[in-house]
Amino acid sequence: MSADTEISGPDGPTLAAPLQGASRLVPSGRGRWLSFWGPPFVVLLTVLGLWYAISYLLLSPQRRFLLPPPHAVLQVGFLDPFNLRELLQALWLSARVAMAGLSIAIVIGMALAIAMSQARWVERSLFPYAVILQTIPILALVPLFGFWFGFGLTSRVLVCVLIALFPIIADTLFGLRSVEQDHHDLFTLHDAGRLTRLWKLQLPAALPAVFTGLRVSAGLSVIGAIVGDFFFKQGEPGIGILIDLYRSRLQSEQMFSAIILSSLFGVLVFWFFGFLARRVVGGWHQSARDPTVS
Amino acid sequence: MAKPVLTFDHVSKRFDDGTVALAGVDLSVASGEFVSVVGPSGCGKSTLLRIASGLTGVSDGAVLARTDKIGYVFQDPTLLPWRTVQANVELLTELGGLPKAERRRRANEAIKLVGLSDFAHHRPRALSGGMRMRVSLARSLTLQPELFLFDEPFGALDEITRERLNDELLQLYTTQRFTALFVTHSVTEAVFVSERVVVLSRRPGQVLGDFPVPFEYPRPPGLRFDEGFAHLAGEVSACLRGGRRHASQASPPRGSTRR
Repeated sequence: MSADTEISGPDGPTLAAPLQGASRLVPSGRGRWLSFWGPPFVVLLTVLGLWYAISYLLLSPQRRFLLPPPHAVLQVGFLDPFNLRELLQALWLSARVAMAGLSIAIVIGMALAIAMSQARWVERSLFPYAVILQTIPILALVPLFGFWFGFGLTSRVLVCVLIALFPIIADTLFGLRSVEQDHHDLFTLHDAGRLTRLWKLQLPAALPAVFTGLRVSAGLSVIGAIVGDFFFKQGEPGIGILIDLYRSRLQSEQMFSAIILSSLFGVLVFWFFGFLARRVVGGWHQSARDPTVS
Repeated sequence: MAKPVLTFDHVSKRFDDGTVALAGVDLSVASGEFVSVVGPSGCGKSTLLRIASGLTGVSDGAVLARTDKIGYVFQDPTLLPWRTVQANVELLTELGGLPKAERRRRANEAIKLVGLSDFAHHRPRALSGGMRMRVSLARSLTLQPELFLFDEPFGALDEITRERLNDELLQLYTTQRFTALFVTHSVTEAVFVSERVVVLSRRPGQVLGDFPVPFEYPRPPGLRFDEGFAHLAGEVSACLRGGRRHASQASPPRGSTRR
């Protein structure tokens, strides 16, 4: 058999050179970069413009603490070394809490999803309760943790676990269940055992969905760390405790800095899992490919 | 006459929802024989293969396969997208527990046979539909099967690629001489690749006709334009369209071949 004629043959030019003239339709590297980053940059400028407009046009100087202008936030929150150190220390603690919670959620969530994927009766037994856990407002459950586990770091971590758990369970289970029947038949034909099927077929096939869940859960775990701070104030302060403190002292520049910093951390975590997804499954799955590369 | 490798003895299949897919199918495939099964959509062709492979049980009758070295080529290539061509081709021997060196040797040999040595380290998404199907074929070849079951393997491909792969499949068959049961909905394809063409009726599938194909292997691509070929394809097609049992050849001697 010969493959060379196949590449550019009627069977699809997947490995063939790009069509002539295609460069006129596909933007060049710089154009592509601009078309990718341009729109969000314009939105950022618009938001900053609105922010300034509200600060200076709608709010009187006495009420400007409700929304201090961006440069004031930058100056007080990020350019003052004392404030910055305080914020970064709190963020580091919240990051550790969020990552500890996320790690525990990953282990528990994936274990539950794998168990549910192996037998329908396990899924029928557990999944409704996972959904109920997800639908109970987190703020209603959090105070209970204080009674049971104290008002320190343990409870903060548990809030992160609780808030990050469901997307991992749901997406991993979806991924494990999404294997095509023909692939299952192939493994059945060759007497593959349950573990072999899980390890060589279901888990790799589930990876794109697992990463989708991880990205969502990572963002949620950051929120969980901040929510936990509001309820459990024993021990070192996290970024949530600082936000509450600045709020009570009307230090709005610092408060906005803390909010921006925690958002940036959430974005960083989301981006990290996106990057990891591209490294792990980007070579074979469309969902994890870099959207800037056409 | 060679011994049958695969025998369907009055096989019927009724699914749980009450659909009767097959009703009393008698068919045998002799060792080294290439038999095609054609029939309208939904007549139970694929069910026949699933029964032969053991993926599905029978409701009535019996199936006897005299080998457990069975290669199954699905309509979809069923490649694992996260594995390279090499790793995909090694999959079945890996599941069979063969040592790594032997797996590698067999995979290399099979990849070379299907002409994809230059693409061994590519992932399936970088390949065309025809190339993916070759990888699927190579994967089955690593098991050195005595019986090949083909479930409309080229059904999703365009006509030119399909004809090219038919030619290449016949080259493989000529050199390897496996036994094959080939399901297709294309009469031309069935007549071109096989030694016997079995026609199934509309659901529930029953054998309507069994046509020996009197052309020697290797078969040149130009055979498709031969008058005798066209005549036979016309007969098979008429049987398929007529939906009535083909009286003269409905029950030929089992395993009869003309080469």
